[in-house]
Amino acid sequence: MSEEFKVEIVNPEKSFLVKDDVSEVVVPAFEGEMGILKDHISIISFLKPGIIKILSKSGDENYYVEDGIVEFKNNNLSILTSTIFNLADMDKSKQQDLLKQAEEEANKTDINDQSKYLADQKVEVLKTLN
Amino acid sequence: MASLDDLKKRIASVKSTQKITKAMKMVAAAKLRRAQESAEKGRPYSEKMNNVILNLSNGISDKENAPKLLSGTGQEKTHLCVVMTSDRGLCGGFNSNIIKKAKSYFAKILDEGKELKIITVGSKGNDQLKRVYGDKIIENISFKESKNANYFDANKVGQMVIEKFEAGEFDVCTIFYNQFKNVITQIPQAQQIIPLNNDGQESSSEESYEFEPDEDEILSNLLPKNISTQIFKAMLENSASEQGSRMSAMDNATRNAGEMVDKLTIEYNRSRQAAITKELIEIISGAESL
Repeated sequence: MSEEFKVEIVNPEKSFLVKDDVSEVVVPAFEGEMGILKDHISIISFLKPGIIKILSKSGDENYYVEDGIVEFKNNNLSILTSTIFNLADMDKSKQQDLLKQAEEEANKTDINDQSKYLADQKVEVLKTLN
Repeated sequence: MASLDDLKKRIASVKSTQKITKAMKMVAAAKLRRAQESAEKGRPYSEKMNNVILNLSNGISDKENAPKLLSGTGQEKTHLCVVMTSDRGLCGGFNSNIIKKAKSYFAKILDEGKELKIITVGSKGNDQLKRVYGDKIIENISFKESKNANYFDANKVGQMVIEKFEAGEFDVCTIFYNQFKNVITQIPQAQQIIPLNNDGQESSSEESYEFEPDEDEILSNLLPKNISTQIFKAMLENSASEQGSRMSAMDNATRNAGEMVDKLTIEYNRSRQAAITKELIEIISGAESL
């Protein structure tokens, strides 16, 4: 029996990625990284800034996301996100830009705890990329 | 009857108008294709989002303490209307259709003695509404600089709406936009986004989900995003409708200009011939009298 399932990533502008030969997806869920394999129980969760790892026969792919929702049902994984970048396409200057933005956000004093936490996460993730 | 010179000038001016409308039609057609594409590409996101929220709100354990964005503030005193129109004119009935729909809704609200607040998106709507409802408009946003509808802009509007909601400035929020059906038909829509109106929509699955973290927390994270998503959807539909409406309006204008040129040309030829005949008669009768 095949151990593959389908993953679909959509952003508001378009369907970003559709792949149906995926063996495992690791998503940065809000309460910690979560690996999803075939026949996972139906789940809804949301994402914090981090890296989505997609493992498939045709090679592994990594994406950087800032937020989003994951829904897994009947071996269909849908990821809705407003900001997503393929790490392979992301060069150093783009990373630096994002990092700078995130740092600025994290250093603001007038934001609430949750956005502060999210901004810190962004900084952390972006730093590990370099 | 107008003189020959006048007719000539009119024909020339109608012809140049026709050239403009023709060019505008062509531009609109090209833009329409792009706008339509992005409207279609944007649909999966809002559909999926809707689906997830439906599943969530069905699974929510404590209806009483559900997030206010979902259940409302418990009263319906102040209505906020977001009227989305275009920034440019010459697009047929596109803007007036939205305004008409919005105005009839406003009248209903005011009749019921409720308070009304308006946010206009796009300058054309603001121009038309400020004459009658000028004191009700609290905010006017226009995205003249951005070429295409993008999520960033929609998010700005969404954030603003949510901020106002959290500050308790209104109880019910409705957005007005044109839904794109085809090039000839655009349907003005009034869609309530706060509180979320899920009547008549059944969840696609009875399957129960596991939630992580719990439903309430996901919902309170998701609902603000949904507002932006719905506004973005409306913006996409609107831009496709605008181009479609402009295209058919300009097509009509081009055809009308063509008809007018034909009519004027006939009139021009007739009066030219009349002048020649008159001159001939004068010459002949002059010769005869000799």
